[in-house]
Amino acid sequence: MYIKQLSVFLENREGRLDDVLEILKTNGINIVSLSLADTADYGMLRLIVNYSERALESLKNNGFSASLTNVTVVRLPHKIGQLQELASLLCKADINIEYMYSLSIGQNDACIVFKASGALDSIKEQLKNDGVEFVSQTEIAGMVG
Amino acid sequence: MERITLMIWNETKECMSRDEMNNLQSCRLVKTVDRVYHNVPYYRKKMQEAGLEPGDIKGIEDINKLPYTTKDDLRDTYPFGLFAVPMTEIVRTHASSGTTGKATVVGYTRHDIDVWKECVARAFAQAGITREDRMQIAYGYGLFTGGLGAHYGAENLGAMVVPMSTGNTKKLVTMMEDFDVTAIACTPSYLIHIAEVLKETNKIDKVKLKTAVCGAEPWTENMRRQIESELGINAFDIYGLSEVMGPGVACDCIHHKGLHVYEDHFLPEIIDPTTLQPVGEDVTGELVFTTLTKEGLPLLRYRTKDLTSINYGKCECGRTLARISRFKGRSDDMLIIRGVNVFPSQIEAALLEMNGTTPHYMMIVDRQGSLDTLEIQVEVEERFFSDEIKELESLSKKIAHVVQNAIGLAAKIKLVEPRTLERSEGKAKHVIDNRKLV
Repeated sequence: MYIKQLSVFLENREGRLDDVLEILKTNGINIVSLSLADTADYGMLRLIVNYSERALESLKNNGFSASLTNVTVVRLPHKIGQLQELASLLCKADINIEYMYSLSIGQNDACIVFKASGALDSIKEQLKNDGVEFVSQTEIAGMVG
Repeated sequence: MERITLMIWNETKECMSRDEMNNLQSCRLVKTVDRVYHNVPYYRKKMQEAGLEPGDIKGIEDINKLPYTTKDDLRDTYPFGLFAVPMTEIVRTHASSGTTGKATVVGYTRHDIDVWKECVARAFAQAGITREDRMQIAYGYGLFTGGLGAHYGAENLGAMVVPMSTGNTKKLVTMMEDFDVTAIACTPSYLIHIAEVLKETNKIDKVKLKTAVCGAEPWTENMRRQIESELGINAFDIYGLSEVMGPGVACDCIHHKGLHVYEDHFLPEIIDPTTLQPVGEDVTGELVFTTLTKEGLPLLRYRTKDLTSINYGKCECGRTLARISRFKGRSDDMLIIRGVNVFPSQIEAALLEMNGTTPHYMMIVDRQGSLDTLEIQVEVEERFFSDEIKELESLSKKIAHVVQNAIGLAAKIKLVEPRTLERSEGKAKHVIDNRKLV
């Protein structure tokens, strides 16, 4: 149920994002989605890629602080209130969302990525019964081929 | 700038010939060595280890035989181990600005206090201050030697003392105006701050300030001139260190060609900090002092770590006292930030305690306006890494907290990418000092 997200520490300096993307390109990594959070001094680049282990290794070899983080991806139909329903289910189960961004938007549905704190595992079946559709790592790799 | 009264407080001592001075110093050195040998076991052991007996020191020409003293010796004997008189003779103690366990304690007998106020009076007289003056002492009062040292000297001179201490600039400026204050003793950076406040409140033409004696911080000849022209005053550079006495070990005169050392009380030497051998006149090296009259805490060849040179020529002001040039830096890695002594090793120890291993870090010291700033850049290595910003922010806060506890100063913590901080061959470089003291 977890997807490996690649997280990279970036200083707020000219050209650092370019450096990361260059390394990923050279190593044949395709990016499915990304989010960039920023503070005054540094940023946190979070990426969903096709080959996360290889991407991590290539960044570390180039001196970046990077890691793989377990995140969850769910597919939501294009209907009003779907995200709210998910948020409500998580809230009832005492699960906090640390951060969230969208992975892809298709014709009929959208995928969103989030990192949850709390025992998401223990309520996974419950969530499935409530109609939450989890997306697997294989599916993600398939999105970009 | 007003013309100032050029007075010599103690002409006998300040203008004696080189021969007379050397004789006086030799005589006092022999007595000092004899006293520490017999009263301070730590020194006796040091001298015995060097195969020395008091009789081997017959005058200042034998100074090179004596062992050096460093801050470590003071720490090793914390708090009173180097005192050379019974504790009942001690009437005052001070301690260095360390919130860190690095404090060094100094003690004074009544006679030591008398010598101190004599030296400070000489310095203030050299700056043209007389009993006609009203003087604000705006150094911190307390364990720091600055406040009380300057206070006693100014009183001894007969000036009207306003013991301001530090921390309330508004009140200082008000009283400066209301009391017709004519002289001030403070750090140069604080004086710049006071000047700013005077400007903001349009009081610069209303106050009667004409003299400032500044010290306890590194500053340059350009800063001194800038202060003089902005405030329309005469500014002087006073030097001292608590281990040797406090402020008033040396001070410059109206000719500003070096600081006159009160060498009848403190014997100066300049040594090469690497070979520890004496260097010649006008050659830059580390300043070393042997106290010649101190009773409470006499020190043999105390290494100040301050880099300067010495000149024995007679000054235009009439004094024959040797002059040391403006300080050119320090021979160790100590930094003075906002008047606080900071060693990079303290930061290192704090980070080590926090994480078990030390991350790469760099201290960036700068000056914004008249205030020193300290930024510590820490590399975000794998073991600190988190993909959650709140975790990284709490890491920064934690580092800021341990650093503040270690050095007593607030520092801005900046997390940077691994392997981006400068590495140097051999000894790691941990400090970038961008303060432009020119």
